[in-house]
Amino acid sequence: MEARRASRTVSDPKVRHVGFFTPDPNPHPGRTPLASDAPVSNSLSPVMILPPRQPSDRTAAVPVPETGLRRQTGADQVPVGSYNPSESLLSSSPLPSSPSSRVGLVDGEFSEESGGWLRRSESGNYASSLPDTMVERAPENSASAAPRLESKKSVEVTGKGGKAVVEEQNEVQSSSKPLKAKTTKAERRALQEAQRAAKASGKEGNKSAAVSQGAAPVKPVKQPAQKKDGPPVSVSVVSFDKKGGDRPPEKERKKDVPAPRMQFDDKSRVQKAKKHAVVKQTEARNRVELFRHLPQYEHGTQLPDLESKFFQLDPVHPAIYKVGLQYLAGDISGGNARCIAMLQAFKEAIEDYSTPQEKTLARDLTAKISSYVSFFIECRPLSISMGNAIRFLKTRISDLPLTLSESEAKAALCSDIEHFINEKIILADKVIVRHAVTKIRDGDVLLTYGSSCVVEMILLYAHEMGKQFRVVVVDSRPKLEGQALLRRLVAKGLSCAYSHINALSYIMHEVTKVFLGAASVLSNGTVYSRVGTASVAMVANAFHVPVLICCEAYKFHERVQLDSICSNELGDPDAIAKVPGRTDVNYLNNWANKENLQLLNLMYDATPADYISMIVTDYGMIPPTSVPVIVREYRRDHVFL
Amino acid sequence: MWWRSASFILDQRHLQEDPPNDIASSSSKQPPDTLSSLSPPQTQNSTFMATAADPFNPIPNPKISAYYQTRAAHTAVVTSDWLAQAQAAVGHHPDDAQAAQTHQPLLAASPSSGKSFCVINEFNNWRKQPDLAEAVAAIRALAAVIRASEATTMMELEIELKKASDSLKSWDTTSISLTAGCDLFMRYVTRTSALEYEDFNSARSRLIERAEKFGEISCKARRIIAMLSQDFIFDGCTILVHGFSRVVLEVLKTAAQNKKLFRVFCTEGRPDRTGLRLSNELAKLDVPVKLLIDSAVAYTMDEVDMVFVGADGVVESGGIINMMGTYQIALVAHSMNKPVYVAAESYKFARLYPLDQKDMAPALRPIDFGVPIPSKVEVERSARDYTPPQYLTLLFTDLGVLTPSVVSDELIQLYL
Repeated sequence: MEARRASRTVSDPKVRHVGFFTPDPNPHPGRTPLASDAPVSNSLSPVMILPPRQPSDRTAAVPVPETGLRRQTGADQVPVGSYNPSESLLSSSPLPSSPSSRVGLVDGEFSEESGGWLRRSESGNYASSLPDTMVERAPENSASAAPRLESKKSVEVTGKGGKAVVEEQNEVQSSSKPLKAKTTKAERRALQEAQRAAKASGKEGNKSAAVSQGAAPVKPVKQPAQKKDGPPVSVSVVSFDKKGGDRPPEKERKKDVPAPRMQFDDKSRVQKAKKHAVVKQTEARNRVELFRHLPQYEHGTQLPDLESKFFQLDPVHPAIYKVGLQYLAGDISGGNARCIAMLQAFKEAIEDYSTPQEKTLARDLTAKISSYVSFFIECRPLSISMGNAIRFLKTRISDLPLTLSESEAKAALCSDIEHFINEKIILADKVIVRHAVTKIRDGDVLLTYGSSCVVEMILLYAHEMGKQFRVVVVDSRPKLEGQALLRRLVAKGLSCAYSHINALSYIMHEVTKVFLGAASVLSNGTVYSRVGTASVAMVANAFHVPVLICCEAYKFHERVQLDSICSNELGDPDAIAKVPGRTDVNYLNNWANKENLQLLNLMYDATPADYISMIVTDYGMIPPTSVPVIVREYRRDHVFL
Repeated sequence: MWWRSASFILDQRHLQEDPPNDIASSSSKQPPDTLSSLSPPQTQNSTFMATAADPFNPIPNPKISAYYQTRAAHTAVVTSDWLAQAQAAVGHHPDDAQAAQTHQPLLAASPSSGKSFCVINEFNNWRKQPDLAEAVAAIRALAAVIRASEATTMMELEIELKKASDSLKSWDTTSISLTAGCDLFMRYVTRTSALEYEDFNSARSRLIERAEKFGEISCKARRIIAMLSQDFIFDGCTILVHGFSRVVLEVLKTAAQNKKLFRVFCTEGRPDRTGLRLSNELAKLDVPVKLLIDSAVAYTMDEVDMVFVGADGVVESGGIINMMGTYQIALVAHSMNKPVYVAAESYKFARLYPLDQKDMAPALRPIDFGVPIPSKVEVERSARDYTPPQYLTLLFTDLGVLTPSVVSDELIQLYL
């Protein structure tokens, strides 16, 4: 609003000033005549004016200590021909704060910030919105951290050990079984498989464990590290954290939160270096070169240990523990289910929480939540939707008024969590269903891929409304999630077809619409979803079939991602090596022993916005180009949800 | 959205240049006292207006959509011959004569006495102004509703307004700009938290003020667009125009007044021959015009520098819904790398999201082939098509020159 009004001062109605240019706010009245003299050449001006601006920009960024001198040169450059005041803002603003901050190096920025924190630091605590910092700090500061560390060590030991470990696991498992209320068949099988895998990998485990032992002394600082934050953050944070950093939460948070996202690249690189020290999980050895930056563990090996510790006195709340194990075993999957399970576990944990002496609820609880989150991450990397939910919860905790008593605060948080689940997930799904159903017409052939609960709801609702349509469920190995969906749809009487993704191009010509779910939608419209979604969308696009993505707005994320390499999740490579129920297909039986064979089981992929016709969210139907607008709006009402 | 209207373009022109350049805008603009005096100009022109403007029977002739009747009324070159033909084909509608009779007395009675006030009548009165778009007429009519309302609470007023806008919308369900205009008016006028803290009378006067402002901006929109688009018309360019759009005509008129040298290719615009009317108008302005039959678009496209079209509605994806044939012209232009510019006022922004051509309520129209068509032959009678955003280059609106993706941003900001 202000921006466009400001450009009124430009005398000639050049559209470029309306559409493409950041308008001239005219802070220096002396320069306005220059702008108003220009209109004749104004249409060319973007080209002509840009060159002088860039060098001045660059010189301003160079860290030179003499502030006064810099400012002078900055002023000198004004008449050279750049009328854009943003240039002068750039040149002058970084100077007062710190010359090094404009260098653009991560370290420089952080050193500056850490300095700020040091100055402010007084007590031993600070409420941080960075999950990482809290994670790293919690074991050191809180008294309860000691057993946790020990447990970690023990895991490491078990990781090293061969058969003895497995036996021990067996014992513990049998003892824990009667106590654990519901051990499903699948769970038991998972356990057995895990043990077998542990046995098989016992010898290799020796090696990798030895490597990890080498780095063991540093262990307390390092954490299993699939964090969103860049490692530089964590390192610097830890260093001054020991001196104790107390910082005003709101002001810092605004500055801090985007930073880790920016250095996503860095993170993966340094994480790789750190990886050797990761204790908890056994690293898979044969990994695809391109995906080295992603954590890949030997699946199943850690499950028995964790189960065995279920009843040990542990800082992790049992509800959290249970959900974590369910993630690990794969009992809970799907973005919404995982998110709801996590939030409900948090709710239980908050209900049982009591603030320790000499601590404030806001800070201690944030630390607690962060340690829980790190536990979840150990079990399975967070989905983006979970990250958003965690961010929401932490905001709520830090925004709690100090005057609230503990019970009131806890009640408020619990109702907030309930509210989030109801409003952002359950209600949102209903709204999406209502929107999407308007796009289903009689005679349609709808194609869906994998199993998305929202898409399922849409199909069922449309069927209830009496619309006549057919459904094609496309599925893929190894998860075969589509079969469960197919079963439920057929049971409700929908007319369905089932196919694997291999036959997609064959079946696509008769399809009229493609409905897909999404794990997340990123700021550039990229849809991050179950692997295979991108190929479905691309084939549909090639056949001129509209692709509709159904996704709740809480899964939107301001990150931008261009490929599915930099951030992804690696699944169990065994899953693609084996064919369940076919013992004769055993060509890859001992693939892990072969140095020259790597298996890649990706979990997600990124679909570029070009292949998407529409995104159906709880805010209505929007083109993929409008995701940033929703993210902006969403953040806003996030605050006063 | 309107508080950021690019209307400053007009203000600057006023400051910069002499008034004579603004004849068009001043003629179309209503002096404010006319607005408040509740006496919309009574420009009765022809008999078919009465059938189209029948207040009690929204679609007097079910075979011809009201959308098309309005269009026909406004783009007068088509006139009554085909309408009479179509009507003869369908058979005389018993309500017509009766409606025509009741129409007049109602008009006289409506404005001052609040009891018998009828939005549709008000709307029709405004609509008879040849230069006023349907949506603007609706906006004016809704403003009149607030003025004539005898409500005593905000809630009551809002309900009354809602009812009025619903009846306006149902008057012609196929017109996108009418629906969008009503929706936007409701959003713009009623969405303000400040109203809750005031007493009713001042809140009401504030509403009226906003409504007037909205109406005025909508009125000025065409002029603003014409100003904004001038930078894109360069000397010696060839412009392909499809259909008759008052905005596009305004753009070209302004360009001609600015002494730009350009020529225009007009498509014929079958079946209502809207291109003929546009070529007439342009010939009056001494702009070199060439008339093409609709199928010659691809043939001439290599000579064309840019394509200018209007829009019935701008949808959320950033695409447009416009007269039949726009889509194929955009496709041809896209494949030959020619820019396609759309001139559309922002009150045409609609919360619609068609996925493909068949994803809209069809607006049907009669087509005269000159020879009798055997009954076994089916005729595609849809009056408009949907052009997806990837084939459009820029949209000239009164909010500024926008890329198609911005449309959705504006709509989200307004409706969320």
